Amino acid sequence: MINNKSLKNNIIDIFIYAILFIVMISCILPFIHIFAISLSSSAPASAGLVGLLPKGFSTKSWEEVLGYKDFWRAFSISVIRVVAGTSLSLFLVILTAYPLSKESREFKGRTVYVWFFFFTTLVGGGLIPTYFLLSKMNLINSIWVLILPGAMNVFNMVLMLNFFRQIPKELEEAAFLDGAGYWRSLWSIIVPTSRPAIATITLFTAVGHWNSWFDGLIYMDTPAKYPLQTYAQTILVTIDTSKGITADDLANLLLFNDRTLRAAIIIVAAIPVLIVYPFFQKHLSKGIVIGSVKG
Amino acid sequence: MLKTSSVTLKKPRKSGKFRRQLPLHLMLIPGLIFVIIFNYIPMAGLVIAFQKFIPAKGLFGDQKWIGFQNFRDVFNTPNFGQVMYNTVFIASMKIVLGMIVPIIIALLLNEVRHTKYKKAVQTSIFIPFFISWVVLGGIMMDILSPSSGAVNKLLGIFGVDPIYFLGNTKSFPFVMAISDVWKGFGYSTIVYIASIAGIDPCLYEAAAIDGAGRWSRMWHITLSGMKTIIVLLAVLGLGGILNAGFDQIFMLYSPQVYQTGDIVDTLVYRLGMMNYQYGLSTAVGLFKSVISSFLVGISYFLAYKLADHRLF
Repeated sequence: MINNKSLKNNIIDIFIYAILFIVMISCILPFIHIFAISLSSSAPASAGLVGLLPKGFSTKSWEEVLGYKDFWRAFSISVIRVVAGTSLSLFLVILTAYPLSKESREFKGRTVYVWFFFFTTLVGGGLIPTYFLLSKMNLINSIWVLILPGAMNVFNMVLMLNFFRQIPKELEEAAFLDGAGYWRSLWSIIVPTSRPAIATITLFTAVGHWNSWFDGLIYMDTPAKYPLQTYAQTILVTIDTSKGITADDLANLLLFNDRTLRAAIIIVAAIPVLIVYPFFQKHLSKGIVIGSVKG
Repeated sequence: MLKTSSVTLKKPRKSGKFRRQLPLHLMLIPGLIFVIIFNYIPMAGLVIAFQKFIPAKGLFGDQKWIGFQNFRDVFNTPNFGQVMYNTVFIASMKIVLGMIVPIIIALLLNEVRHTKYKKAVQTSIFIPFFISWVVLGGIMMDILSPSSGAVNKLLGIFGVDPIYFLGNTKSFPFVMAISDVWKGFGYSTIVYIASIAGIDPCLYEAAAIDGAGRWSRMWHITLSGMKTIIVLLAVLGLGGILNAGFDQIFMLYSPQVYQTGDIVDTLVYRLGMMNYQYGLSTAVGLFKSVISSFLVGISYFLAYKLADHRLF
């Protein structure tokens, strides 16, 4: 009877492990497959003969992609927006979240401020009004258009605010008794104790910057100013005709007809995130849980 | 503790209290400037929806006011109803599947006793979440290609004729829903796992003593322990019923599948950026935004009532 039961349990276990295994590889194999294509020769790749290992190993597509000036220009624009955009956004988010994490008792007007910020997540100006505002501010075609508009991220601010609230009040009160003010307390007590939350939000913001492409597409008039994701997008999708097909586009279209090249572009656009992810992963689940479960 | 805090706070006189709070107000200034410029001014720019907007005259310039004409024009377009339907259809599929799949995965993961395996699964399923739709779209276009894509090659082994997943009006919405869930389920799974971790282990022991089997423990303890968070996420999902996922669909759709794949946000884009119909585009956007914020408002209210969820 007992044996029978444990046998049944084992079978269920095997079944569960197998399902999870399939789920797990479904999230990894597509990347490996595309990576293998990028390292194959054109002929087997376009015939669809490549599985998880390269066929007719060739680094040609990588050499080509890494040899393009356009690629490196787009890449550096992306790096700039990630570094500058993330720093600015984090600065604003922390600076705003701290006062708003105070109880109304301690900080009069807190509720009014919170709603003023929160309201922007309910209603937005949308595509066209935002576009014309940015164009009026002469930000079109400037790198700042990729950095400034989204810098004050209210969702991240609310996440941070909720994290700050869970820090034991005693820590701050001790500092206040020692004569520290709010500024002092924020930088030397609150920020150091909030490392998991800051790591999580840093990762989300940086990845968000790296991944955005739509702002590049609409706010930059020339492909020379595209960040990497926008550059990749215009290559991977049949050229966006809204701005008319330029000679550049046509050249791209012919150039990137090759499957291995497209694969290399895809991998290159994903690699920085894949590299950074494991380092943040440790903090991640903690940070997420704090933000979303315990509001 | 309360005593010390009231002593430190209430020591100074009234004007002193404001002076003490002054840094808190100052800290908010940069954030306020940003939301005013980049959120509130564009909000005011929504007036374009009621104008015959001519860009040369500028935003807030001397435009001609035409009342609700833009809205009437949009509602009278023959395919607007279809676009609304597509949006709600795709979004609700995403919401429902996006609820169910992570719950199942979390329940299964909870049964895994090898910590390393559990970690490996959790780490892997989280990867697509961080990858842009440009990359994932590129991957999908490659592996779903009818001529040489990996998926059709695999199906070919079983004698299935090649399917043009992204170019077929029937399959397109489903491909969108499934791939979106694939991208996002790692995130929600972690949230559910955290709520499982909060369940009192004594409950399992007690149930085991009472002779409850594996399934009944999973059902009565694990799942019921997740009830609050499930209700919470379901309710919050309600607010997204008009968000069918612009990035994904814009990346993957084509005129061939407009009939089932065109959504409100892509329509806004095409009207505004491709056809230069600024008034129409803004009107559609405003229409969506009004419904959405109403729904989001309701969902926050419900979340507060049902799950005692306080946002901030």
